Amino acid sequence: MNVVLAKNETGRALSESFAVARDRLPGGGKVAEARNTAFEAYERVGLPHRRLEEWKYTDLRALMREVLPLAAAPDAAALKQAAAAVKLQAIKGARRLVLVDGVFAPKLSELEGLEKGVTVRTLRDVLETGDAALQTQLFTPDNANPMVALNSAMMTDGVVIEIANGVVLKQPLQVIHVASGATSAAMFTRSLLRLGKDTGVTLVESYIAAEGAKAYQAHDSMIVAIGDNSRLDHVRLVEDGRDAFNISSAVITLGAHAHFNTFGMTSGAAVSRYQATITFAGEGSRVETNGVNLLNGRQHADTTLFMDHAVPHCASREVFRAVADDRGHSVFQGRIIVRPDAQKTDAKMMTRALLLSDDAEADNKPELEIFADDVTCGHGATTGALDESLLFYLRARGLSEKEAQALLIQAFVGEAIESIVNDDLRELAIAAAQRWLEARA
Amino acid sequence: MSLLEVKDLKVRVEEREILHGLTLTVNPGEVHAIMGPNGSGKSTLSHVIAGKPGYEVTDGQILFRGEDLLEMDPDERAAKGVFLAFQYPVEIPGVATMNFLRTALNAQRKARGESEFSTPDFLKKVREVAKSLNIPQDMLKRGVNVGFSGGEKKRNEILQMALFEPAVCILDEMDSGLDIDALRIAADGVNALRSPDRAMVVITHYQRLLNYIVPDFVHVMSKGRVVKSGGKDLALELEASGYTQFEDAA
Ligand SMILES: Nc1ncnc2c1ncn2[C@@H]1O[C@H](COP(=O)(O)OP(=O)(O)O)[C@@H](O)[C@H]1O
Ligand SMILES: [Mg+2]
Repeated sequence: MNVVLAKNETGRALSESFAVARDRLPGGGKVAEARNTAFEAYERVGLPHRRLEEWKYTDLRALMREVLPLAAAPDAAALKQAAAAVKLQAIKGARRLVLVDGVFAPKLSELEGLEKGVTVRTLRDVLETGDAALQTQLFTPDNANPMVALNSAMMTDGVVIEIANGVVLKQPLQVIHVASGATSAAMFTRSLLRLGKDTGVTLVESYIAAEGAKAYQAHDSMIVAIGDNSRLDHVRLVEDGRDAFNISSAVITLGAHAHFNTFGMTSGAAVSRYQATITFAGEGSRVETNGVNLLNGRQHADTTLFMDHAVPHCASREVFRAVADDRGHSVFQGRIIVRPDAQKTDAKMMTRALLLSDDAEADNKPELEIFADDVTCGHGATTGALDESLLFYLRARGLSEKEAQALLIQAFVGEAIESIVNDDLRELAIAAAQRWLEARA
Repeated sequence: MSLLEVKDLKVRVEEREILHGLTLTVNPGEVHAIMGPNGSGKSTLSHVIAGKPGYEVTDGQILFRGEDLLEMDPDERAAKGVFLAFQYPVEIPGVATMNFLRTALNAQRKARGESEFSTPDFLKKVREVAKSLNIPQDMLKRGVNVGFSGGEKKRNEILQMALFEPAVCILDEMDSGLDIDALRIAADGVNALRSPDRAMVVITHYQRLLNYIVPDFVHVMSKGRVVKSGGKDLALELEASGYTQFEDAA
């Protein structure tokens, strides 16, 4: 193993955790090798800290004070707890795939009657018995990022979904991560969604906790490949328990004439980070990302997006909204790179922060690196409080301060939720926002 | 007991005194008109009664049914029956008018310990009122006042007044920006709400509105004071001679 350059107590505990877990993690041979390589990459940096530019607002060495043991496979009681929590997320007709404490739960999932051209396997199965190409693809996320590397080393389960050419799914695929919270634990999951050519899929991912869950750490990653002429609509809702950590990464690649519409909202977890890299690999494609952070208490949520315009004639629209109350801390880092070949790129990024208290904070770091000359790129940002004259109008009509704020916050968040095409998923997002609003009332 | 009593009210905005000791008593069933030139403090008075932040009351008091109104939050005043139709109603993008109306009505009812309106009852009531004010249904689906013309905004204020059934209605320049037909519809809406238990304070710059909403009392305001009070004839007198004489008096 390489020289350990930087480590704190938590980092050391993670190393021990890996040493203990290594032999129980799924996959031998190449997979085990890849895990070792990943863990070495992690160890070279250890837990990311504020002196690393990418992590300057989210110092995990300061925030992540303890490392939790790897979650055990859920027992009957845990599954029962999880089943109750999943009910809140029910969407009619959706194909539900549930991971409890980081382990695929067939009893809570719906695997029967898969549409033609759709395959669903567990990550564990693919790592243990899958073909080499798929296994290789599962290790493509870049280990230069220590939390990606850690996830690569530790991943235990997840779902691997493949959609054959020409398949258009009418109903959403729904992946739910539930923490049963029976004991404080860490889970490491990785999933993959591969869309062939001419496909259409709606994917919703939710992160939730069972009632009364203890503190936990969810480490997740997602690999998405969108084939030519395909469209993926994606909704991601982080409603983890208020003591939880959620450290997630995503790597999304678009072929030619593909369309990726994604909405993400974080209203749960004590500390969360979502780092996504979106790469245009084929011409004529389009990405719309809408993000929302709803934070209060001492919640910290970081969304770090990297939009890689590697080819010409692609368009991206990023809108990120933050609502921060109390001592909530919202972070948005949006990096756009337009590579030399990527002429006619049209990339725009906008952030809007709503601060509800003097101690709330919203950090915004746009980075545009443009190496092509014939492009349209821009970014803008606004930060402010709720409009006093609107608040007064509402209060003069009988709404309490909280009710008036709630209505205006709903309107602010609603603009983002409007970007969700699927009616049921829009309702799901509205309900999640509503839960956050009600909890603060 | 009087419904609304403003006693010797002195109000400052940003260190400058705007109202210099204003007194006004309004009893149930009465309609009062307050007339006065621009800048005389009419909107300031209406805002202070409604509880808008940013005004400092340095002296005097406002009683509503004998209770100290100035101690109450704006929403508490609304629930007790104080309603201000704003001179400049704000636009609230993203808040659908229907949702706003229902939230507001139920908030007021809840504060008074009354049961919330059921959705069908609520819808029925809104439709009736909207129809009588010539407000098309699709206007109610839009954001509050978003894309409304000046006249539509004013009608939306009257709609709320009819819905909330307040005890005292203060109408701040509801005639501004309305053509004669719109004015008549709005005035009919207001007149329909006149009742022995309810009082109205109609603030206006012009006498014209008072042909439609005939007041019991007329007060002339100038430079932060009521300088003359009288019956409805005072408005006509004012129309003939203008405000200048009162500005000298103030
Ligand atoms: N928010 C404010 N800040 C400073 N001055 C104000 C403010 N509101 C009103 N005023 C001043 O107070 C005076 C009365 O204004 P207002 O009450 O709007 O009069 P009216 O409604 O009779 O036209 C005017 O001189 C106006 O400039
Ligand atoms: Mg005025």
